[in-house]
Amino acid sequence: MAQVSSVADEQPPNPLSTTKSILLRISRFNPEFDETNKFMEFTVSYEKWTTVLEAILDVKKHHDHSVAVRYSCRQATCGSCGMLINGKPRLACFTKISELDSNVVTVEPMNNFPVIRDLAVKFERLFDTHHKIKPYLINDDSEVNSNEKEFLQSPKEVENYIQFANCIKCGLCNSACPTMTTDSSFVGPQALAQAYRYVADSRDKGKDTRLDIIDESHGIWRCHFAGSCSQVCPKGVDPAMGIQFLRGYLLGFRS
Amino acid sequence: MTQDENKEGIKGMANPGRYGIERIAYLLMRLTGLGLLGYFIAHVYETSNILRGRMGWDDFLAMTQTTEGHIFLVLVIGMCVFHTGNGIRIMLGHGGVGVGKPARPDYPYDPASQNYRHKIGIYSSIVLAAVAMMYGMAVMFGE
Repeated sequence: MAQVSSVADEQPPNPLSTTKSILLRISRFNPEFDETNKFMEFTVSYEKWTTVLEAILDVKKHHDHSVAVRYSCRQATCGSCGMLINGKPRLACFTKISELDSNVVTVEPMNNFPVIRDLAVKFERLFDTHHKIKPYLINDDSEVNSNEKEFLQSPKEVENYIQFANCIKCGLCNSACPTMTTDSSFVGPQALAQAYRYVADSRDKGKDTRLDIIDESHGIWRCHFAGSCSQVCPKGVDPAMGIQFLRGYLLGFRS
Repeated sequence: MTQDENKEGIKGMANPGRYGIERIAYLLMRLTGLGLLGYFIAHVYETSNILRGRMGWDDFLAMTQTTEGHIFLVLVIGMCVFHTGNGIRIMLGHGGVGVGKPARPDYPYDPASQNYRHKIGIYSSIVLAAVAMMYGMAVMFGE
């Protein structure tokens, strides 16, 4: 055993490893007890591949296990770990500390979502607005029940909506939206982009139904094309594009 | 911070630095819109002074011949030009014109709707507003 460990000691250090440390500031807030949030600071070491989520989990493991954070897949697929990282909505599992180019990393809960505790926010409203626009194919025919019917699509028809089907419901777009900072009733870029996803689907027959749903004072007309939703989307959905196309239908630019 | 809201409010609009030139254009559009609305109301009040006769009209008009009046009018020129230029860009965008085409996204996922055409539109509106303001200053302060 001693021989093995001496061999290990003789090995050169991993050339890829360049351990540094940052100051991680975590917003702490429990709505049951606190009037306002406060920040707790932790010094965390990181490698160039360390993500913000890994740093937060390191704090939970070694410093304070009471930090509340929601996460699951750790690969930008489940949409659970959205938060403000240095003031901008991002997925913690998809943001490497080395990319932030800062010695201080501040993490806060996403704006425009009620806080459950610390970094975890409620998603009820996002799911409600998502459900409101009928996020499913509306078609009297069915390719599930019939043995003969099959909805064929050309690659071009798929391209019309596949980008918008990448949405993981992480809520970053709703957090970045300037309209949502003041309007609690706005349907939001996530739901509007999903409305376009189904309107653009050649298998769907619910275009008029969905356009009626979003054609209201707190619907699509509250979007002012600031484009922040598209800039923060971690999956390249580009909600701003879908919203403008939807509005094109309502204004008569598209048919 | 409350459990129900956690909204940034007006501060979220007034802190556009995080999201690039498009968010700055959004803020400028709102500010210039409010400014022009204020000017419109003031303009209606100003022209209503004609009911006070020539003396009243000349007295009120003299306010615009001061340095402060000239600066105010220069700002109105800038607001008007930017709001018009950027407004045309936004109206085209709202119709789905110039916002790109849907496609399978590739990392790093640069949004097609935030393309160079719109950036050129924003910068052009700012430059045009600045040029118009300088011309206005040359005319009003040049004498």
